[in-house]
Amino acid sequence: MAVSFDEVEVGTELPAQSFPVSRATLVRYAGASLDFNPIHWNERFAREVGLPDVIAHGMFTMAEAVRVVTDWTGDPASLVEYGVRFTRPVVVPDDENGAVIEVTAKVAQLLEDRRVRVDLLVTSVGQKVLGMSRAVVQLS
Amino acid sequence: MALDASFIGRTYPPTEVYEVGREKIREFARAIGDANPVYTDQEAAKALGHPDVLAPPTFSFTLSYTAAAQVVQDPELGLDFSRVVHGDQKFLYSRPLRAGDRVRVLISIDNIKSLAGNDVLTVRGEIVDESGEHVVTSIMTLVARAADEAAGE
Repeated sequence: MAVSFDEVEVGTELPAQSFPVSRATLVRYAGASLDFNPIHWNERFAREVGLPDVIAHGMFTMAEAVRVVTDWTGDPASLVEYGVRFTRPVVVPDDENGAVIEVTAKVAQLLEDRRVRVDLLVTSVGQKVLGMSRAVVQLS
Repeated sequence: MALDASFIGRTYPPTEVYEVGREKIREFARAIGDANPVYTDQEAAKALGHPDVLAPPTFSFTLSYTAAAQVVQDPELGLDFSRVVHGDQKFLYSRPLRAGDRVRVLISIDNIKSLAGNDVLTVRGEIVDESGEHVVTSIMTLVARAADEAAGE
């Protein structure tokens, strides 16, 4: 099942995914990650510091985005390197829909030792939320 | 006032041992909604050649960020944490963290610079196992915004 280096080329697209985010998701992530910054669960506090509403943890968005890569390779141990820039917050309204993080990715470069660089495009409401989002994976 | 660049290269004492727990991994995997069985099912992990369940790739941030408090709260450095946002995050993996790992974090300051009035601080966290073998490096860039700007992430 594992993706082989021989099967990919520059431009190969990974299966895109969408990840819903609700206030409940953020509370659960706060507990699991021990990041209890109130901008992620307290709307009053978020507005007081100039945000439009509660925002998702940057690290939550980073965790979601890489699932596109680890689902593709099958084994998270394939990940050699992963980096992002937090460019814009994912605003999570307190309603039925919450927010959605959309992730597309493609192979950007073939590297030595059967490794490839994957570039991710991570958006919410049509706007890029992570910049310079790149992973390097070891393929078989 | 800009941060003191002489702190570049400073290292901090290793943290206490953190033992990676199977149930903590499970809780984290559930929180990010990732149903990959390699995070929860020992047999699935073994089928891929791992000795125990793996932690998801960003799990280690909790450790490195907690350890980075040594820098963030260093009174000599004098970072105003109320103005700090997480700018960049990068991980360099030798292998995934997994249940049963007993690890320490070695924190150091990679860089300090001033950009448009903001202080930009790069903190490196090396996570090593009990035998001293490298597991994962976390490189985080923290941006302390100039005092007159709004906060955010």
